[in-house]
Amino acid sequence: MTQLKRKSNTKMVPVPSESIVPERDINKSPVLEARHLGIEFGGLKAVEDFNLTIGKTEIAGLIGPNGAGKTTVFNLLTKVYQPTTGTVLINGRDTAGMNTVQANKLGIARTFQNIRLFSQMSVEDNVRIGLHNQVKYGMFTGIFRLPAFWKQERVQHEKAMDLLSIFDMQDMAEMKAGSLPYGAQRRLEIVRALATNPSLLLLDEPAAGMNPHETEELMDNIIKIRDKFQIAVMLIEHDMNLVMGICEGICVLNYGKVIAKGTAEEIQQNPVVIEAYLGKQKEGA
Amino acid sequence: MITFLSHLVNGLSLGSVYAIIALGYSMVYGIAKMLNFAHGDVIMVGGYICFCATQYWGMSPLLGVLLSIVVCTVLGVVIEGLAYKPLRQATSLAVLITAIGVSYFLQNIAQIIWGANPKSFPSVVSIPSIFLFDGQMVISGETMVTVLANIVIMIALTLFTNKTKMGKAMRVVSEDRGAAELMGINVNFTISLTFAIGSALAAVAGVLLCSSYPVLQPTTGSMPGIKAFTAAVFGGIGSIPGALIGGLLLGVIEILGKAYVSTELSDALVFAVLIVVLLVKPTGLLGKAVHEKV
Amino acid sequence: MKQSKKRFLNNLITYGMVVIAFIICQVMVQNGSMSRSFKGQLVPICVYIVMAVSLNLTVGISGELSLGHAGFMSIGAFSGIVASTWLLNSFNMENTVVRLILSMVFGGVMAGVAGVLIGIPVLRLRGDYLAIVTLAFGEIIRNVLNCLYFSVDGRKIYVSFNDPDLPGKIFVNGPAGATGIAKIATFTMGFVLVLFALFVVLNLINSRTGRAIMATRDNRIAAESVGIAVTKYKMIAFVVAAVLAGMAGALYGLNASTTVASKFKFDTSILVLVFVVLGGIGNIRGSVIAATLLTVLPEMLRAFADYRMLVYAVVLILVMLATNNPFLKNLANSIFHREKQQKKEGEAA
Repeated sequence: MTQLKRKSNTKMVPVPSESIVPERDINKSPVLEARHLGIEFGGLKAVEDFNLTIGKTEIAGLIGPNGAGKTTVFNLLTKVYQPTTGTVLINGRDTAGMNTVQANKLGIARTFQNIRLFSQMSVEDNVRIGLHNQVKYGMFTGIFRLPAFWKQERVQHEKAMDLLSIFDMQDMAEMKAGSLPYGAQRRLEIVRALATNPSLLLLDEPAAGMNPHETEELMDNIIKIRDKFQIAVMLIEHDMNLVMGICEGICVLNYGKVIAKGTAEEIQQNPVVIEAYLGKQKEGA
Repeated sequence: MITFLSHLVNGLSLGSVYAIIALGYSMVYGIAKMLNFAHGDVIMVGGYICFCATQYWGMSPLLGVLLSIVVCTVLGVVIEGLAYKPLRQATSLAVLITAIGVSYFLQNIAQIIWGANPKSFPSVVSIPSIFLFDGQMVISGETMVTVLANIVIMIALTLFTNKTKMGKAMRVVSEDRGAAELMGINVNFTISLTFAIGSALAAVAGVLLCSSYPVLQPTTGSMPGIKAFTAAVFGGIGSIPGALIGGLLLGVIEILGKAYVSTELSDALVFAVLIVVLLVKPTGLLGKAVHEKV
Repeated sequence: MKQSKKRFLNNLITYGMVVIAFIICQVMVQNGSMSRSFKGQLVPICVYIVMAVSLNLTVGISGELSLGHAGFMSIGAFSGIVASTWLLNSFNMENTVVRLILSMVFGGVMAGVAGVLIGIPVLRLRGDYLAIVTLAFGEIIRNVLNCLYFSVDGRKIYVSFNDPDLPGKIFVNGPAGATGIAKIATFTMGFVLVLFALFVVLNLINSRTGRAIMATRDNRIAAESVGIAVTKYKMIAFVVAAVLAGMAGALYGLNASTTVASKFKFDTSILVLVFVVLGGIGNIRGSVIAATLLTVLPEMLRAFADYRMLVYAVVLILVMLATNNPFLKNLANSIFHREKQQKKEGEAA
């Protein structure tokens, strides 16, 4: 029953770049456009001709078998890798030649498959680091404790607490990030990414290692985040309940190539996708 | 031209010593992932043992060299077992500091036993020098022996690591210690063996170094140690041919720098070249680039 | 805000400790109960505290192993000596306190400039390679300083590279070092410098900049992903550490009538690194304590003469083995945890 409540009945409409976006986003400029994106590692084409458009408030899914190149796509979008072909536009701005830091400032934030928290630091400090470019003051202001320091520190604290409250994590603010339980670490990564005020949030296997109950909660929270911040979310996930439950547009990757794009229903019935996941079905079987 | 050639030959000779020391550094780094700062001081111990054997105990130079190899090998294994083995799981910085402690320890023990005054080391090489170009260019016996020893050691080690079971085990441990353990390789023994080989090489290097530059004192080993380490990094740490190339280049640059630039600045020149190499190729000349997976 | 309160209290303890130690030393100097050799150690102790605190900023907070910190100290020392001589001869500045402060500032600035120049190539490298390049720079600095000559002729200062033929009286004489320097460093100034270094480093750590620096240490890739320019913040840590080391160097150089560049060789960098590691990586108060104890320890062992450095080496190895022993670590952890738990239970009750 809960699934019904969540099930997106968004009407998806096609855009010129062979992708679909939610109808509500059609008049807004897309948050992300990947055009003919590709990368080679020593002759091996890890990702090839990747095209995707994500609407302003879309929840998109990127799925595919292990080793299909999903995380590589994330690394290309966040400029951890520089593409060998094609380019990425974030909010209509070309990211060619940019690095990860600049891409983040343009509005793309992410979490990592293998959690990458600042584990020696407190939960609150992790979020404050996410706020680095949102609440600013200079080095000398910090060293000499000028009035701006106290004011901005207070703003940072309040914002950090506000963000942590999304996942009801305010009580953990003083804990060391590395000592949090696994699920909480994943949630903290999302909060930290949100702190950078992104317009597109990339989640790399957010439900990995979570129990069914936690996953349910996560699904609600992803929708909550989208609604509250009015941002787009793109996620890589192996949990099909989650993907089919909340993703509006889904893109399937296999051997570095997009083999299907569409809504949950379309993807579930696509024979190419079924083949990629289950292998070729024998005649008459 | 002839002076240049002489400098070049001297450089190759010094470089060969560096290469032999660098090998020990490189192997230990490759397998234990630690900067063994005490390695240079093992060289000094090797020099002193050989000195005592030939001067005080009346041994022949060859026996002296052998004794110093044995003592250094044992010393290397003991140091590893007592000081480094308990720190396998510790941070690399903790191991580094311990190695520095061992280095201080060896220097001070040497100072207590043999005194701080430099000793004049008698050469262990009795081969006469070769005179070329009507005696304008002299190649000393020490030079020939050093270069020859370097070549023999390089070939032997390359064969050892590529052909023998133990050598292969060493390469496996340096690649992935955990996987090696799962494959039934005795990691502790392999690491001890590496230290043993590295220390034996240090003894040889110590004797050769002191034969060419006959000043022996407790700090004799520290500067060549640092330079050899630089050479190992220069060539790509963990690589045998890298240590050879790095050592030779470093020796040649140092001697030529001394001759043509300035005695004062020759060390600076050596380090400047290292910096340039690392900036162009951050893992050394023959080092493999490591990519962090995201 | 509990966290910031705890930090504030922690910092207060550090400052308090330094102030109390200073007062005790001053009282002992006043009533003559301090031995001559110990009195001679007071300024060096301050110098080494500042060196350790600043190196901890690079090694502990920024997470980059630097083996050439003494290089910045030597630049500071020689810059300070030159500045002091220049101020005295060209401006007749007799006031030693002002002259010392200006010399330290100049030493800090020069070391900072060197820090920027060295940091640009160094911070492109990682891990052990970075360490070896800092070592290389330390040695290069020492070699270059060995070739510098300064002389003073009336109100003019002359400088040359590798050429001792200068007019007037030479006061920095290449490998022979600086000679005939007016000793203007005082324990009080050393104390002020320690407080300044602590103020800068502790406040930096607990600020936006410091958090960014620590983020680059804990996880470089994650730091980049949240928009932190990693190299910039590594550079800030490196240069601030260099400036503080330069100031300490100036104090050191002006505490003796002669100073040679070989005083700042690799061993000195290692010595300071040992202070940092034994005091606890990233633990500023630990650096202060370790620098003090380990500067005093060899002096106290002077009676054993030949054996004192040996004892020092053995202590070093044993401390490293003990602090990294899993059994002892667990033991310490369990004791510590029990205390914490009891406290918590006590609070709940």
